Amino acid sequence: MRFTKDHEWVEMDGDVAIVGITGYAAEQLGDVVFVETPEVGKAYKAGENFAVVESVKAASDVYAPISGEVVEANGILSGSPDTVNAAPEAAGWFAKLKPANPAEFDALMDRHAYEQYLQTL
Amino acid sequence: MAETPTDAALKVTPLHAAHIAAGARMVPFAGYDMPVQYPLGVLQEHLWTREHAGLFDVSHMGQARLRGADPLAAFEAVTPGAFRGLKPGRQKYSVLLNAQGGIVDDLMAGRPDDDGLFVVVNGACKDNDFAVMAQALAGQVEIERLEDRALLAIQGPEAAAVFQAHVPAAAGMAFMDARALSGFGVDLLVSRTGYTGEDGYEISIPAHAAEAVWNTLLSDPRVKPIGLGARDSLRLEAGLPLYGHDLDETVSPIEGDLGFCVSKKRTEALAYPGAARIAREMAQGPARDRVALRVLEGAPAREGAQIADASGALIGVVTSGGFSPCLKGGIALGFVPPAHASPGTRLAVIVRGKPQPCDVVTSPFVPHRYVRK
Repeated sequence: MRFTKDHEWVEMDGDVAIVGITGYAAEQLGDVVFVETPEVGKAYKAGENFAVVESVKAASDVYAPISGEVVEANGILSGSPDTVNAAPEAAGWFAKLKPANPAEFDALMDRHAYEQYLQTL
Repeated sequence: MAETPTDAALKVTPLHAAHIAAGARMVPFAGYDMPVQYPLGVLQEHLWTREHAGLFDVSHMGQARLRGADPLAAFEAVTPGAFRGLKPGRQKYSVLLNAQGGIVDDLMAGRPDDDGLFVVVNGACKDNDFAVMAQALAGQVEIERLEDRALLAIQGPEAAAVFQAHVPAAAGMAFMDARALSGFGVDLLVSRTGYTGEDGYEISIPAHAAEAVWNTLLSDPRVKPIGLGARDSLRLEAGLPLYGHDLDETVSPIEGDLGFCVSKKRTEALAYPGAARIAREMAQGPARDRVALRVLEGAPAREGAQIADASGALIGVVTSGGFSPCLKGGIALGFVPPAHASPGTRLAVIVRGKPQPCDVVTSPFVPHRYVRK
């Protein structure tokens, strides 16, 4: 699993990248009450706004951690957005992408680097 | 460390250390370092208040005494209410108006005792409010700001029982009653009000006693501390407007759905600032109405979202909105022309470019549970 400074995670499953927000991000947001997942078939560049996650208080943008085309969105989140809090780095995934450039994944932080980054916040 | 706000320019309330000790997440609000939520989180804090009792630190709000030969009569010079008729032991919600009839702030003014008028205004507006009052009421009232007092609110269906166990005399009070009482070994100014739609009390206490009173109330298992996040979602469900969002200097009390605090007689006599506009709006209807909107599907609509009619024409804007923990969906307050303001009207809110259906509904979204006589 790799991580961005904006607190998204990516995990490769064969040639598909699974994307979500980290436990730290979910904890900071508080109770998630709504998730707008990206549209299947749409292509995003790394860093583009590709989903929105909302708590009672506010709406927060989620950025595509790598470039790619959306092949699946997590349908569970429309009925049970709180899955993001319960299992942010597992069942609470947002979308699956077909990566446009595998090198982008390798350039992201590994867990150790991400945890060190969290220490600086 | 615990005494230091996140930003040195911010002020702190007498309960700042207690919030930090309770694990609150602190944010700047109205110039103060304030708790937005405790470890329980906004959603659970909200539901706890609706089911049990929530304790709020609202010490950032402005408290003052207005004293003079006839402070009630004097206060009418800046508000549209009939304050001359305010009985001892009672309190009124009102608004401070500018010369155009726009709302400078909303406020509570009461007579807990014989010591003039006790006024509570919004924290973000307080310096301006008291300057406006001082100028308009010069020579008629002396304004003493009570900066050495904290303000707590205890709200929820179990709030009255909790508070009355410590201050038995509060049991005789009904909604919008105000009393000077003794409790916790100090003098209290107590009103049976709040801004959540629930029964409860607001309690003004000497700052030095604030932390002890706070901890005493929290020692009751029915009580949890509640942050500004849930305070906002609770007042939104109660359909209560928030100054600086749903109300501002351009909004009249008629547009803002606050006609209940406007005296018809004083309006006809053009006896307060902006009364001509208010009289015109009462006779002909305002240009816009504050409405309550229930979002039927999709994301919650938040402040700034545009409102469209059935044809897609943009007709208004959301002034505050979010997710209702009790209704489990989006709710919002906003302004639309009167032709679109009747409950049952189907409109749409535009969220991130997408129109989402919503209905104008009767306010409040969640019924008030005030204890009236």
